[in-house]
Amino acid sequence: MSYGEIQVAINSDQDIILARQRGRALATQLGFAHCDTTLIATAISELARNIVSYARSGEITLKAVNGGNRQGLAIIASDRGPGIPDVPQALRDGFSTSGSLGMGLPGVRRLMDEFEITSQPGQGTTVVTKKWKH
Amino acid sequence: MEVPILKQRDVLIATFQAALSDADLSQLRSGLLQQVIRFRSRGVIVDVTAMDVLDSFASRTLREIAHMIRLRGAETVIVGIQPEVAFAMVQLGLTLQGVATALDLEEGLAYLNQKFEKVQ
Repeated sequence: MSYGEIQVAINSDQDIILARQRGRALATQLGFAHCDTTLIATAISELARNIVSYARSGEITLKAVNGGNRQGLAIIASDRGPGIPDVPQALRDGFSTSGSLGMGLPGVRRLMDEFEITSQPGQGTTVVTKKWKH
Repeated sequence: MEVPILKQRDVLIATFQAALSDADLSQLRSGLLQQVIRFRSRGVIVDVTAMDVLDSFASRTLREIAHMIRLRGAETVIVGIQPEVAFAMVQLGLTLQGVATALDLEEGLAYLNQKFEKVQ
C-alpha cells in the first residue's frame, strides 16, 4: 500500500497544528500504536515550532518509509532560514539561541528512533527523523 | 478559539481544547489572570484532558499561568494530562516543575479545597 507524501507549508503557529494533525493521521493510518502517534505528533510540533521561531517559513514533509522488514514514518523538516552554526551544540540539552525553549532538537531526537540534521549557515536547516513501528 | 471558563464559588475552571494555537494559549494566559482578578478567585483548575499534544510552548504557557496566578495569591492545578502526553513531555524534558497537577477535575478540586482549609 502506498500513502505518498504529505507536505505542509509552515508559515505560522496555525500551521504547527495542521502539521501535527496530518502527522498523527498518517501514523494512525500506518498502524502505529496510540502512544507512538502522540510521540510523532509532539516531534512534529517541536520541529514546526523551530521553523516558525528561527526561519519564519519552511516545510514539513511526512511519509511512510520501509526499512528491511519494518515500516515507519519519516518527518522531514526543512527551511531556508539562517541555519545553525554549531550543530553539536544545538543538540545538547538546554541550549537555545532564542533564549526561550532550547529543548527542541535533543527532545525530538529522544521522541524518535532515527535523527539526522544538516545545516548550512545562511542556507537553511533540514532535519530528517524516523520512527519505526514496533 | 474560545476556551470555556467556568466559575464555581472561589474556583475558576478552564477547559482547554485539542487544537489551541500559540496565539490562543497566550490569549488564555492573560484572560485567565484577568478573570482571577475580577472574581477574586482563590483557585484555578486548568483541564487539559482534551489536549493531545503538550509541546514546549504549551508547557511553558501552563507554567507561566500557574506562576502568575500564584503571585496573585491563588493556586493553580493542571488536571487531565493524558498518559501518552505525559510520556512525550518527559522525553522532551518538560516536567512542569513547581506546578501542581492532579488526575482529573475531582482530584483537582479536592487538592484546592485542602489548600484552602490550610489557610483558614
